Amino acid sequence: MSITIRNALLHSVVQIADDHLILGHRLSEWCGHAPMLEEDLSMPNMALDLIGTARTLYSYAAELEGKNRTEDDFAYLRTDREYQNCLLVERPNTDFAHTMLKQLYFSAFMKPFWDAMHHSSDATLQALSHKAVKEIAYHIRHSGEWVVRLGDGTDESSARMSAAVSALHPYTDELFETDAQRLHCIEQGVLPELGEIKLQWSQTIDTVFTQAKLHRPNIGFPQTGGRQGLHTEDFGMLLAQLQYLPRSYPGATW
Amino acid sequence: MSEEANMPLWEVFIRPRVGLHHKHVGSLHAADSTMALQAARDVYTRREEGDSIWVVASKDIYASDPSQAAENFDPASDKVYRHPSFYDIPDEVGHM
Amino acid sequence: MYSQGLIGADSNIVEDQAFLDAFQQRIDAEEKIEPNDPMPQAYRNTLIRMIGQHAHSEIVGMLPEGNWITRAPSLRRKVALLAKVQDEGGHGLYLYSAAETLGVSREQMTEELLSGKAKYSSIFNYPTPSWADIGTIGWLVDGAAIMNQVPLCRCSYGPYARAMIRVCKEESFHQRQGYELVKTLCEGTAEQKAMAQDSLNRWWWPSLMMFGPSDTDSQHSDQSMKWKIKRFTNDALRQKFVDATIPQAELIGLHVPDKDLKWNENKNDGKGGYDFGEIDWDEFWRVVKGHGLMNKDRIKARKKAWDDGAWVREAAQAFAKKNVAA
Repeated sequence: MSITIRNALLHSVVQIADDHLILGHRLSEWCGHAPMLEEDLSMPNMALDLIGTARTLYSYAAELEGKNRTEDDFAYLRTDREYQNCLLVERPNTDFAHTMLKQLYFSAFMKPFWDAMHHSSDATLQALSHKAVKEIAYHIRHSGEWVVRLGDGTDESSARMSAAVSALHPYTDELFETDAQRLHCIEQGVLPELGEIKLQWSQTIDTVFTQAKLHRPNIGFPQTGGRQGLHTEDFGMLLAQLQYLPRSYPGATW
Repeated sequence: MSEEANMPLWEVFIRPRVGLHHKHVGSLHAADSTMALQAARDVYTRREEGDSIWVVASKDIYASDPSQAAENFDPASDKVYRHPSFYDIPDEVGHM
Repeated sequence: MYSQGLIGADSNIVEDQAFLDAFQQRIDAEEKIEPNDPMPQAYRNTLIRMIGQHAHSEIVGMLPEGNWITRAPSLRRKVALLAKVQDEGGHGLYLYSAAETLGVSREQMTEELLSGKAKYSSIFNYPTPSWADIGTIGWLVDGAAIMNQVPLCRCSYGPYARAMIRVCKEESFHQRQGYELVKTLCEGTAEQKAMAQDSLNRWWWPSLMMFGPSDTDSQHSDQSMKWKIKRFTNDALRQKFVDATIPQAELIGLHVPDKDLKWNENKNDGKGGYDFGEIDWDEFWRVVKGHGLMNKDRIKARKKAWDDGAWVREAAQAFAKKNVAA
């Protein structure tokens, strides 16, 4: 692997890992506080899938980097400016409508992404894609069924779901953002083209929204910045919690 | 609280693997069968317990009355001629 | 008509002596009692109270550990803790299901928990101020729970026994992850070891209290034993726990905070066991009666989750109704 592609891949792998860790972290905040007991099991299941994928990706990033760093160094010892997750995944849970919609938006993107990664020229990512795609397919089903029920449930749930769409839809553009390094990976056949993925994402969202009687808004002013390490204020609080122990006791083993 | 206000109860059956029967494992609450199946997956198959799930609304299950257990099941106990060991066959025949 | 299959339908049993004797005979013959079987109302009530308390304990028990999910210090610890707290939710669910076979709904039980009418294990009214508490809970609290729960797998009531078999199978990793966590702290920096010792100091006595009042003061023990709902007395299980735990503490260099603790070779029919100090029963009853540090916060958190989730549950049911009608 050339140094250029290795660096470009490292950069991209960390971005994808960050998406998974942060979304998993947000989901894990629900554990013990879900709207019904059954959901106290469903949300951690999804969170465990996501954090599991993040761990695999961080370990791969550490290997690509070759500086003896570990998955935990990536998760616990980077600053907010070094975290490059998209803003969507870091948005606060707010309520169950926001949480399920966020999950749907992200999963609807990752499903075609992992599908396409079955053909990646990178063996590690290709292997991961076969495991991850099954997990994410279930996440679409679970979050999708909830979006439909909340969108077409009661007046209150429908209003909450619409509010969630207004609040979160502007963050979805960033899923399809690329930078020079990602483009390099795409050119090399390591990462997939995003055009087809965007089409499939749109189809999934439209299908669910039609059933949910939800209106898909046009994005006048997309919100982006996460990929450059520019995050919303809530993210600082998230990292403060996430990193509290390793930051307070430098060098300790847990 | 009226019955209406309660989330319906479902009985969950899991098949450990193909070739075996589905077996009752417990119950859960869900508003409809789709969500009941998903909840069953999340609650009862976290440790690879199975490869197929059935859910049945608990209210749709009818059970035999335990007070009729004797009349239901005891009459079968003296019908020994339904079992192969009831019949005498010469040893020379071998396995039959 | 005899409908509703798996839920204990109430019948008009006359609980005369002949009925009670016949029931006791079934129990003595180690027959399992199943939901539709005739049973004394007191047996039913005891089980509803006991399984309900057990279920509530699992659910409230998610909170003190859940307190650290977002702050777990490594990704490995994070997934382990998340999976563990998720399991507690599952155990609550299995147990509510078992109680529901006796004719009480989850909603009813939840209302009793939130109104303060139903009890849950007092241990969860203690706070988890440090990460070490996550290890200590797994090691001691789950350890004590296992002592209590293993005999319940043979409980005379079928659905409870079956739920407990599942619970015990799943719990087996909980205590191990806790002990491993504490051990790691003990092998770490001085600060980490101090964190572990401080945690043990705070949790040791409350863990012993988990077995409930002494046999001489336990109002429910005798009848529950006779009905084979419980198989061992509170004090017998407590002794078993102490004997099992002391060597585990010594192995990782932790000091158990009990000055009266000493080996007594005459205990346990000459097999030996530990003498230990007197439990502070005033503290026990204070916390049971609602005056522990976290009692109010725990119920508040459960009530908030329940109330905040109401619109979600209503929406799911409204959607189901529309789609059945359609």
